[in-house]
Amino acid sequence: MTLLGRRVLRTEDQRFLTGRASYVDDVRAPELEGAAHVAFVRSPVASGRILDIDAGAARSMPGVVAVLTAAEVDLPPEPPVDERVHQGMARPYLAGRLVRFVGEPVAVVVAGDRATAADAAAGVAVAYEPLPAVVDVEQAAGDGVLVHAGAGTNTAARFEAGGGDGEVGGDAEELFAGCEVVVRRRLVNQRVAACPLEPRSVAAGWGDDGRLHVWSSTQTPQASRAVIETALGLPAGTVHLVAPDVGGGFGPKIGLHREDVLVCWLARTLRRPVRWTEGRTENMAAMGHGRAQVQTVTIGGRRDGTILAYRLDVLQDAGAYPRDGAILPELTGAMAAGVYDIPRVHFRARSVVTNTMSTTSYRGAGRPEATAALERAVDLFAAGAGLDPAEVRRRNLVPAGAFPHTTAVGTTYDTGDYAGALDRVLDAAGYGELRAEQARRRQAGDVVALGLGVSCYVEVTAGLRAGQETATVIVRPDGGVVVLTGTSPHGQGHATAWATIAAERLGIGPERVEVVSGDTDRVPVGGGTSGSRSLQLGGTAVHEACGRLVDAARARAGELLGAPADQVVLDGAAGRFSVGGAGGDGPTWADVAGAAGPDGLQAEAVFRAPTPTYPFGAHLAVVEVDTETGQVTLRRMVTVDDAGRVLNPLLAEGQRHGGIAQGVGQALWEEMAYDGDGVPLTADLASYAMPTAGDLPAFELVAMETPTPVNPLGAKGIGESGAIGSTPAVQNAVVDALAHLGVDHVDLPCTPERVWRAIVTARDAV
Amino acid sequence: MIPAPFEYRRAGSVDEAVRLLAEHGDDARLLAGGHSLLPALRLRQAAPAVLVDVGRLSELAYVRDLGDHLAVGALTRHCDLERSAAVAADAPLVAHAAGLVGDPQVRNRGTLGGSLAHADPAADLAVAVLALGATLVARGPAGEREIAAADFFVDRHRSALAGDEMLTEVRLPKAAGVPWSYQRVSRRAQDWATVAVAAVGAAGGSAPVVVALAGMGPVPLRASAVEQALAAGEPVSGAAAGADHGTAPPSDVLAGAGYRRHLARVLVRRALESLAEPPNLGSTAT
Repeated sequence: MTLLGRRVLRTEDQRFLTGRASYVDDVRAPELEGAAHVAFVRSPVASGRILDIDAGAARSMPGVVAVLTAAEVDLPPEPPVDERVHQGMARPYLAGRLVRFVGEPVAVVVAGDRATAADAAAGVAVAYEPLPAVVDVEQAAGDGVLVHAGAGTNTAARFEAGGGDGEVGGDAEELFAGCEVVVRRRLVNQRVAACPLEPRSVAAGWGDDGRLHVWSSTQTPQASRAVIETALGLPAGTVHLVAPDVGGGFGPKIGLHREDVLVCWLARTLRRPVRWTEGRTENMAAMGHGRAQVQTVTIGGRRDGTILAYRLDVLQDAGAYPRDGAILPELTGAMAAGVYDIPRVHFRARSVVTNTMSTTSYRGAGRPEATAALERAVDLFAAGAGLDPAEVRRRNLVPAGAFPHTTAVGTTYDTGDYAGALDRVLDAAGYGELRAEQARRRQAGDVVALGLGVSCYVEVTAGLRAGQETATVIVRPDGGVVVLTGTSPHGQGHATAWATIAAERLGIGPERVEVVSGDTDRVPVGGGTSGSRSLQLGGTAVHEACGRLVDAARARAGELLGAPADQVVLDGAAGRFSVGGAGGDGPTWADVAGAAGPDGLQAEAVFRAPTPTYPFGAHLAVVEVDTETGQVTLRRMVTVDDAGRVLNPLLAEGQRHGGIAQGVGQALWEEMAYDGDGVPLTADLASYAMPTAGDLPAFELVAMETPTPVNPLGAKGIGESGAIGSTPAVQNAVVDALAHLGVDHVDLPCTPERVWRAIVTARDAV
Repeated sequence: MIPAPFEYRRAGSVDEAVRLLAEHGDDARLLAGGHSLLPALRLRQAAPAVLVDVGRLSELAYVRDLGDHLAVGALTRHCDLERSAAVAADAPLVAHAAGLVGDPQVRNRGTLGGSLAHADPAADLAVAVLALGATLVARGPAGEREIAAADFFVDRHRSALAGDEMLTEVRLPKAAGVPWSYQRVSRRAQDWATVAVAAVGAAGGSAPVVVALAGMGPVPLRASAVEQALAAGEPVSGAAAGADHGTAPPSDVLAGAGYRRHLARVLVRRALESLAEPPNLGSTAT
């Protein structure tokens, strides 16, 4: 019986649910014996000159080891990693002369215990001369106030894709020539916080082996090790980094933060182990935010619903110091055409710095923004043409027989059946009956309006360019299996999934498979976990390494059986080798591994995907809107999320559930807000409205699997899909509920007040 | 975040708690369920020198039927108010409001006295006891005194309790069979009310209709203009139009003042309509 496609229970969960997981803050290791604790002094002003830092009182507190400022840290400011980003916007490790956002570290306190560090940090007096701040990205684009005066501009990067006839730079007239209906609209894709349950955490200490041992809550252990070695000028191999259990990432834990590097620097400079775990407010103000685009969509086509042209202009808020958020518009551009066969598409983006926290990857990272813009635009176009939004979608979808399909912005999708996804969702939801119910309520003048929102999406997973991942699989002489993977899970369930793949391929029970990840000594090369890459790259690498291991085992078994390898057959059910599949008591895996030596038998694989994969789906949201109060209640969420062949539906559904919850959160509640002076207003979980189970209906997940030929598992990524499809579906549903009142748009998040104001504005406009 | 340093004292009795409060004055704070105070400590928005823990004074966790009123101990937890048969029968508005506080974890730890003494203007229990005309009992060095709910809430997060007084009991006038309605708009299920309305009584009944508002100013308020209009025989729609008269709602991350005023008018109208509907016992909306 195959394990593939079965709901194999998560082997991780007993440990997690009974409090036996070990996060960075739980780690006790000889290298961390007597570790000092770090606290950061952070700027309360968004833009200012540091006039004076008085650390005298803090330094004299009992238990304080050191209080250091920029002058004492010999790490040069880091220019943006991506060369396409303005190199004059370097990020210091501690702010020296100027601060550029609320939460920027200006001093670091080291003390014998965490409480003393916190008290001492509160006791450091910093005098600031406030300078003009620019908080709003559209204002920042005008360069009236410069965040980095030396750069001479606030524009950090520009991206462009598509254009008329595939040429970059086609003008608007040409793009929309022949269109009978053209709609243009400014949309806000608001800034959100990732809110992983485990905030950032790092611990570092030198070992007797002369190496720096680092434990970090990161999605990318191998890359993070390299960052530390480079920043500290250490020879490659000097840093040993371990990502133990990691309590969620969602993107901002890709790579390392300046605080992480500083902690490592402190461990070297102070010659003692040092550790830091941030608090929730610190995490929400200073880890990095997602989304934060102001978009202008223009969409045009014929009255029959055929879309002929689409333009997306993006202003990406990069925050004060450009990080990966500054380059995410590239992904937005790559996916600008979405699931539709639109002849002319033009994408332009500018990333602009502001006096706010940097933006980073966040679940979907550039792709949800593309879907949100296009799916809102399609609804606006449908309204303009007076047609049903589901029907307009169906009319314009790339047909199932047209793959691989290259869009007008030059992205080539592997496989898809977009109409199949849409039809399944409409059927499962009972679209026609819901429309009839909506009409009944409108007829009756019901105060509580019903709204239906559809969104169709396609996204790119495993990076925009071809990715790769490594795996090593070992069968020990006792018959147990060790899988070493370059992926690095933080909730996804790789231990379960990779064990399933190995067990299936080797014919050894999954309970005998140990999965090792996140330790750079044991897995020196790996890409970590992000961008929905892990199964299709890392899982495939495990699959291929197991295939090689079986080949090697057949050769070894052949020696034992006195037969050529090509006549040796593995009986997966029995876990024994025989000549020609004769059965009987041929050598077992343990026999073969033992014959190979005390280390057992080992095989490695590097899987290089020829292209990324393109998961797709359709979401339908049903909302009720109280038209007197503006209160929105999400009643149903029906989704198809086709991620190719599914290894384990339980794990895949878990990813969909979490993604949908986060996407709905962006649609209705979540917003990382700043006031006009750049002070964050929602830097804790009381003011930042992350949804809980009490706010969400049971999701109705519809199954659909369209395999990809890109990897032998046929798998695409599933981690981000839920967050991509759900936001515009819910937003479209809110607008749809109010269409009869003259409302044609409500910006994100669709809070009760924003909904009420939209109703009032539409009423007053009549 | 880590709270600023404080001294922790556990009070073995109400008298001891009061004595510790008297000893430390304004430097001391009472800790009961901790669901408002502990977050404030962790954010260093509050930094008392002494925490007096009264959370284990189980003698203050009770609901007693005293004839014309229910006496509820200040340490009664929200979850116990939700489940109490006596509260459900004689003060159903309080049972309902208790069920709306935070989430189950909060309700399992948070206490009635703690919620009221915290004096949050958007607290469900505060507006409920105000609408019911409850009497609050405080114990200080000089003994006990009674404070009318209408006089208890002084300012945002400031009650009429003196620095050396502890809230010990809440007396809820029995209201079995009296129509009530609780209307609330909140951002998420677990959030404070953006605006909430508690209404008690029947138009044309023997006692006048009482309407109280949460989220419409620095303290929970009585909607006096509405009550007067109803007493003068105005129809519901006209009375409700004055729901925000005399209020000073805040503009904050939850909502702007103008929207809150609008909500007050809508929710008061709905509450009054609901009072008039048969069977009119416990009609609510959130």
